[in-house]
Amino acid sequence: MGMRQFFIKLGRQRALLLMSLPFVVWLFVFKYVPIWGWSIAFQDYKPALGFWEQTWIGLDHFQFLFGDERFLRVLRNTLAMSTINLVLGFGTAITLALLLNEVRRVAFKRVVQTVSYLPHFISWVVAASIIQNTLAPDGILNQLLVWTGFIDEGNEILFLGIPEYFWGIFGVGTVWKDIGWNTIVYLAAMTTIDPSQYEAAEMDGAGRFKRMIHVTLPGIRPVIVVLLIMNIGYLMESGFEPQYLLGNGMNVDYSENIDIFVLKYGIAQSNFSLSIAAGMFKTIVSFILLFAANHIAKRTGESRLF
Amino acid sequence: MKMARAGGAIHAAMEGRSRIRTSAGDRIFDVCNYGFMIVLMVVTLYPFLNVLAVSLNQAQDSIKGGIYVLPRVWTLDNYMYIFKEATIFHATLISVLRTVIGTAATVFCSAMVAYTISRPDYVLRKLVTICFILTMYFNGGLIPTYLLIRDLGMIGSFWVYIWPGLIGVFNLIIIRSFIDGLPESILESGRIDGAGDFRTFFSIVLPLTTPVLATVALFSGVYQWNSWFDVFLYNSSHIELSTLQYELQKILQNSNITSGMSGLDGMIKGMTGSQSAVTPLSVRATMTIVASVPIILVYPFLQKYFVKGMMVGGVKG
Repeated sequence: MGMRQFFIKLGRQRALLLMSLPFVVWLFVFKYVPIWGWSIAFQDYKPALGFWEQTWIGLDHFQFLFGDERFLRVLRNTLAMSTINLVLGFGTAITLALLLNEVRRVAFKRVVQTVSYLPHFISWVVAASIIQNTLAPDGILNQLLVWTGFIDEGNEILFLGIPEYFWGIFGVGTVWKDIGWNTIVYLAAMTTIDPSQYEAAEMDGAGRFKRMIHVTLPGIRPVIVVLLIMNIGYLMESGFEPQYLLGNGMNVDYSENIDIFVLKYGIAQSNFSLSIAAGMFKTIVSFILLFAANHIAKRTGESRLF
Repeated sequence: MKMARAGGAIHAAMEGRSRIRTSAGDRIFDVCNYGFMIVLMVVTLYPFLNVLAVSLNQAQDSIKGGIYVLPRVWTLDNYMYIFKEATIFHATLISVLRTVIGTAATVFCSAMVAYTISRPDYVLRKLVTICFILTMYFNGGLIPTYLLIRDLGMIGSFWVYIWPGLIGVFNLIIIRSFIDGLPESILESGRIDGAGDFRTFFSIVLPLTTPVLATVALFSGVYQWNSWFDVFLYNSSHIELSTLQYELQKILQNSNITSGMSGLDGMIKGMTGSQSAVTPLSVRATMTIVASVPIILVYPFLQKYFVKGMMVGGVKG
């Protein structure tokens, strides 16, 4: 198609152009222009100076980051929490989906599903408020522990004050919030399994549990594989809200991740250069991971996006 | 002949035994499964019911503890109190405003872009699609975005809640998939009647895509209603633009980790005075309920739609 033809066709499609171009401009302003800000990571940025008056210092900030104990710690926390999220999130959601699929009473199943979606829709602020209540010294968890005799009255555990507990609390909290929501995709995949496979398994004397393991689980394997590969692309994204809202001075060594590091250096201390360097590092690693994940997912035969 | 009969008998015996065994096993499985589902529902719902009970219980009485799922001394004072508090009332108003305006804008704009990139003959279709898709892979990050918003002069403005998150790629994907699933003949019939793309969009595409737009509206509405970080980042010094979630977050941040619901929160204590009918405990519980009830009331009715949306988006996105 020549240039002339292209513009003639575009002229005929000016309505479509009008309907999409303003949003492409929006996209550039809000999503692409900020990339320009990455240049600050290579400068000794002084907010009072113009762009051309800044001192360029190359990779000094990146060098500093990788020698900085605090940054290495937040990197560790980021990877640990996203891995916990991945393993725990997948395991629990698949298990719940398998069990839900075995519930024969349709009305009961629907009620369970509706209830299980609930925590997904509430904000992390509300969830954090609820988690704080549950874990408080006079909260229900400590009460249960006293009641069952695991701890003595007066020795209640300060869960959010013990750093080593934080990853566990984060993992359980995230599962509580999203387990129901994450079953949707698996349950959808299960409806595509051929019923004759269940009949054949039943003929062979397989009980409900065996059918679940040998028919249903293999049936949703393709979906599991694709989602797993895709999620590896998000290994640098361990979330921000749960860590920020449940984190405190006592558990900071385990709760602080890269996003919080960026926020603290950038907004609280106005050290834009260092903060952007940290954020940029995260984005670039994420980009590589996502790209690789997408590539692998495509090769497994499940095409993604358009 | 003998052999065959013997074989048949063994087979029958085995089948009989296995049927008994599996059906017993199945019963145990069923009991465990239903039991597990009930435990799951309790674990999910109890924390909400507990907060609800505290919010409906007389404030001074709640301090004694021992409230589980039912209030001991019923009252609506806590609710009366927080809605009389000008800050919280105003914050609720802003929350409602950003949810209504933000959702309407997102649904309309996303549908429009999705329609253009669903037209197979649109010459810029690939380009526009790629520009949007790319943003799934990278973004400028927190600080560069903050600097942009600052340079655009949007700090201290209501519109900072609307503009930056106007169109999400995920929403585009699910609307586009839905339009792709519509029979082409319907869209074509408009064209034969001489309808332009605007007319086709408004009078054919918008009405036909209502189910998927309901899903996008739910996602967008939930996002808007639940947001607090943008308030914190851009408008923390503009109390007139604060939202309900951010006010709750401030209370949460101020409350000491050593105390849960019964803890003393300096901020509310200052706000309410020592002889007041409300306590930090009851105010926090009441705000938690107010911040979650609108969503709890809406999402079950849209379940059919968002489950479909997730099925499309979950595999494709």
